[in-house]
Amino acid sequence: MKRSPTFLISVLGFGFAFLYIPILSMMLFSFNNSRLATVWGGFSTKWYVALWRNDQIVEALVLSLKIAVVSASFATILGTMIGFVLARFRRFRGRTLFSGMAMAPLIMPEVITGISTLMLFILSAKWLGWPVERGFATVTLAHITFSMVFVATIVQARISQADRAIEEAAMDLGSRPWQVLCDITLPTAFPAILSGWLLAFTISLDDVVITSFTTGPGSTTLPLVIWSKVKLGVTPDVNALATLTVVVVGIGVALAGWVLMRAEKRRLRDERMAYRGGG
Amino acid sequence: MADRSHGLTGWFHRRGWADLMIAVPYVWLSVLFLLPFLIVLGMSFATRTPTSPPFGFGGENPVLNVAGYARLVQDDLYIRAFLTSILNAGVATLLCLLIGYPMALALTRVSKSWRTILLMLVILPFWTSFLLRVYAWMGLLAKSSWFNGFLTETWNLLVPIDWALRSIPMMHSNFAVVLVMVYTYLPFMILPLYASLERLDPTLDEAAMDLGSRPSQVFRDITLPQSLPGIIAGGLLVFIPAAGELVIPTLVGDSGSPMIGRVIADEFSSANDWPMAASVAVALLVLMVGPMMVWSRYQARDDGLAEDRP
Repeated sequence: MKRSPTFLISVLGFGFAFLYIPILSMMLFSFNNSRLATVWGGFSTKWYVALWRNDQIVEALVLSLKIAVVSASFATILGTMIGFVLARFRRFRGRTLFSGMAMAPLIMPEVITGISTLMLFILSAKWLGWPVERGFATVTLAHITFSMVFVATIVQARISQADRAIEEAAMDLGSRPWQVLCDITLPTAFPAILSGWLLAFTISLDDVVITSFTTGPGSTTLPLVIWSKVKLGVTPDVNALATLTVVVVGIGVALAGWVLMRAEKRRLRDERMAYRGGG
Repeated sequence: MADRSHGLTGWFHRRGWADLMIAVPYVWLSVLFLLPFLIVLGMSFATRTPTSPPFGFGGENPVLNVAGYARLVQDDLYIRAFLTSILNAGVATLLCLLIGYPMALALTRVSKSWRTILLMLVILPFWTSFLLRVYAWMGLLAKSSWFNGFLTETWNLLVPIDWALRSIPMMHSNFAVVLVMVYTYLPFMILPLYASLERLDPTLDEAAMDLGSRPSQVFRDITLPQSLPGIIAGGLLVFIPAAGELVIPTLVGDSGSPMIGRVIADEFSSANDWPMAASVAVALLVLMVGPMMVWSRYQARDDGLAEDRP
């Protein structure tokens, strides 16, 4: 089935135009001089200055980053454990419930996750006296719980695909199990663990629904600030904030992609060297 | 059990580390995921009370109150909300498939170096904020925007003068909800489709062509059936989150015909009727059991494939 290049190019052109025109339009309008966010009124960078001077937004960003770093790190540890267990331990008591719980949060609507986690905190405050006030701790616990399953999925896929013959070879050649773990299994899974961390970080940094249910007064994350502004309509300073986000994320994704690609290339080269008996 | 005796896995079991690695996430998920869900399930049978928290069991109230579930079928607000959700999510899934399939197919036909860049461009919007991607469309759909102006002028050019409009009312409609859903979930459709299309063997196409198949027949008989796993995965990845969506209908949707996610949030926050919110939530999950079963069977088969490898 040969397709003409024109068809190929027009399909991709239309698709990418659909994906990127809204973002580009938003970026353009962040430099709009007019108060009306959707009507062009000349070039200006005043919304960026306003953003920088807005303490509420800077404070919310710092809180969001703190929550994202802490929750992504815990989620990566727990998610890697789940991924390893699901990929390697085929039979143990309660495996069905275990894999069910490791999958269900992926498909649970966020409203339900938010409300049910809030219920847990309310009842535990009533009966156990904790948490007295919802905020950093409760939001972080909720974020860890729903982002760890994403990490688990990525790590599980990677460990299942990894060639176990290499591990067995190392064991036969006299490596101790912990050496095999540190020298072979974990380095093989490392790109997956790193992308898991990045995914958990982004999910946490981006979440509105679950955060809005599990947070309390005084702990407003950046998405919640944007959410309360955006509900009232389009405003130019949110355009500026969005533009900065897209630029930072774009650079971040490009860097991460480059690092992962290099790690992958090095791994493939090492494997080839190993097979050839060199190295 | 063979895998207990040798290798790394065996060592984990002998040292008791396996138990630890199973127990920690097990306890975590039981306390922070399963238990909260059971609380909501219990709350759906409670009675609304003027206490704090605003629900209770027993006393003057029935221990098991099914009034919430009864209202689900009696009050057509809920039935309409369910239908709106299924319709919006279904149309969005279909449109994602119609736009995503040719894109995924085209991605398998471009050169290797372009492919990496283009795939990156598909994923990039997914890493930027979901909320801001919804917001980007608010800027385009608004009555005073250049996009709306452009569409309005095109419309006025094409239709008789009596039908001319000053602007196209796109915001706060189910059209806007579906459009933004397609926009935000399109990468979820393209990536699994690409993954399954990339694996196809191009020599099969050539063989069929040599044997006299027309391109449309090759597509229908070879490409489409083989990409079915990708279609199922992509469809579920779009439909499931879209059906329970809260952010998109709140920002661009029509509050006159809300989707179910918004009904749950409103019952909980505005109406302060927690048992009713819980009943709607449980009903939504029951409705999702169907797609979930398809999903888990699909996952299980994937796991099976992975375990069959040497």
